[in-house]
Amino acid sequence: MQFFAELFGSYWADVQLVVWTLIKIVAIVLPLMIGVAYLTLAERKVIGYMQVRIGPNRVGYWGLLQPLADGLKLLFKEIILPTASNKALFFIGPVLAIAPAFAAWAVIPFDATLVLANVDAGLLYILAMTSVAVYGVIIAGWASNSKYAFLGALRSAAQIVSYEIAMGFTLVGVLMCANSLNLGNIVMGQEGGFWHWYFLPLFPLFVVYFISAVAETNRAPFDVAEGESEIVAGFHVEYSGMAFAVFFLAEYANMMLVSMLAALMFLGGWLSPVPFLPDSILWLLAKVAFLLFLFLWFRATFPRYRYDQIMRLGWKVFIPITLVWIVVVGAMMQTQWAYLFH
Amino acid sequence: MLNSIKNTLGSLMLVEMLKGMALTGRYFFAKKITIQYPEERTPQSNRFRGLHALRRYPNGEERCIACKLCEAVCPAMAITIESDQRDDGTRRTTRYDIDLTKCIFCGFCEESCPVDSIVETRIFDYHGEQRGDLIYTKQMLLEVGDKYEAQIAEDRAQDKVYR
Repeated sequence: MQFFAELFGSYWADVQLVVWTLIKIVAIVLPLMIGVAYLTLAERKVIGYMQVRIGPNRVGYWGLLQPLADGLKLLFKEIILPTASNKALFFIGPVLAIAPAFAAWAVIPFDATLVLANVDAGLLYILAMTSVAVYGVIIAGWASNSKYAFLGALRSAAQIVSYEIAMGFTLVGVLMCANSLNLGNIVMGQEGGFWHWYFLPLFPLFVVYFISAVAETNRAPFDVAEGESEIVAGFHVEYSGMAFAVFFLAEYANMMLVSMLAALMFLGGWLSPVPFLPDSILWLLAKVAFLLFLFLWFRATFPRYRYDQIMRLGWKVFIPITLVWIVVVGAMMQTQWAYLFH
Repeated sequence: MLNSIKNTLGSLMLVEMLKGMALTGRYFFAKKITIQYPEERTPQSNRFRGLHALRRYPNGEERCIACKLCEAVCPAMAITIESDQRDDGTRRTTRYDIDLTKCIFCGFCEESCPVDSIVETRIFDYHGEQRGDLIYTKQMLLEVGDKYEAQIAEDRAQDKVYR
């Protein structure tokens, strides 16, 4: 330690900060990767159960080693580079898809103190990051130089842009209640047990947020960007091996991110629902797990939307609903019932 | 008018969606119907048509008399038979090949056989590892018959009244 301190001289404090931050980043990303891996297993199990099957159960007890086996298989497969593709963009696509999905976790508070970067405009940062994620999809679809990939990218771009507006409006409702863009403060604004969580006064916004989140992450029933039966696999049709796995990871990391956001903004984050139990990160994980289960439940239940129906839902239903409810919330806040929203 | 209000309210409340989710939610807890294949097996009929076998009489004499009815009836032309006179003057096959990659398991060979020699057993999970492994010769078919004679005889006895 002494040796390093002398080596870096006056930069020692900066070096320490960088190393310490890197350790924290690994401490967030590693559990996230494991969570993503087991979310894929959970998805296959849950959908299997809902289809009266038992799902993967051969690799390890209850299929627990299945994600590992899948990962190894993908790792050893060849990454095929289409001749007509744009080589550089072809590899930048997956990177651009997964980087924002992980970067957004920097401002997520797991606890009152457990947060990598406690920035004031945390929500804005997350919105920016989730918007960047669409570039990965668009670039992948473009660089593949395949009509299916291109169609998938086009659909994905239009869909994400449409639903981001409704999603942004729902967050405006939360901001009005919390008076803050800092995620930690938003959670602390919901203190006082189940009845103070924002999803009750903002229920329509919560529902719109969650459905928009499903659309944002291109999950069933909004998975027209992949649309197996129409455009094969959409934007990642030309990707194989690890390059495909990176898209897969990004999709599931995004699912966890939007579920985490919903838990923080509407379901009181790490706060306990009842006063006699302590607040803990376990509450947050339980809430996120429940929301992720809803994602899988949707996929097992609903058939894919037609594309024009998706656009109709986004522009002609969700945006008006959120706008109206924001006005309702704003008006109510000027009356004697304002306490309902704080 | 009243109906359209009702419909709009219903779709805003996601009634249909929740109904669908209730259904899949119920099935989440339903008993699973998966059969874990190598350990568990589905019940089989005694008329199951799987791998072929050539049978023998209890005294060890092969049943087949080289009448070639099975060869003639086989719609996939999977059976090849050559015959010759044996030293004791009876007509026997010198060659009896079934190409299982051609066979469609229709069971016509078994139906056509006047002496119940060629039969289809309950075995369905056999395999070949090389090209040609699934062309079963007379010797191989007789071995299958010898090995599973008890089961074959039992199935034929059970089904006898219907034949």
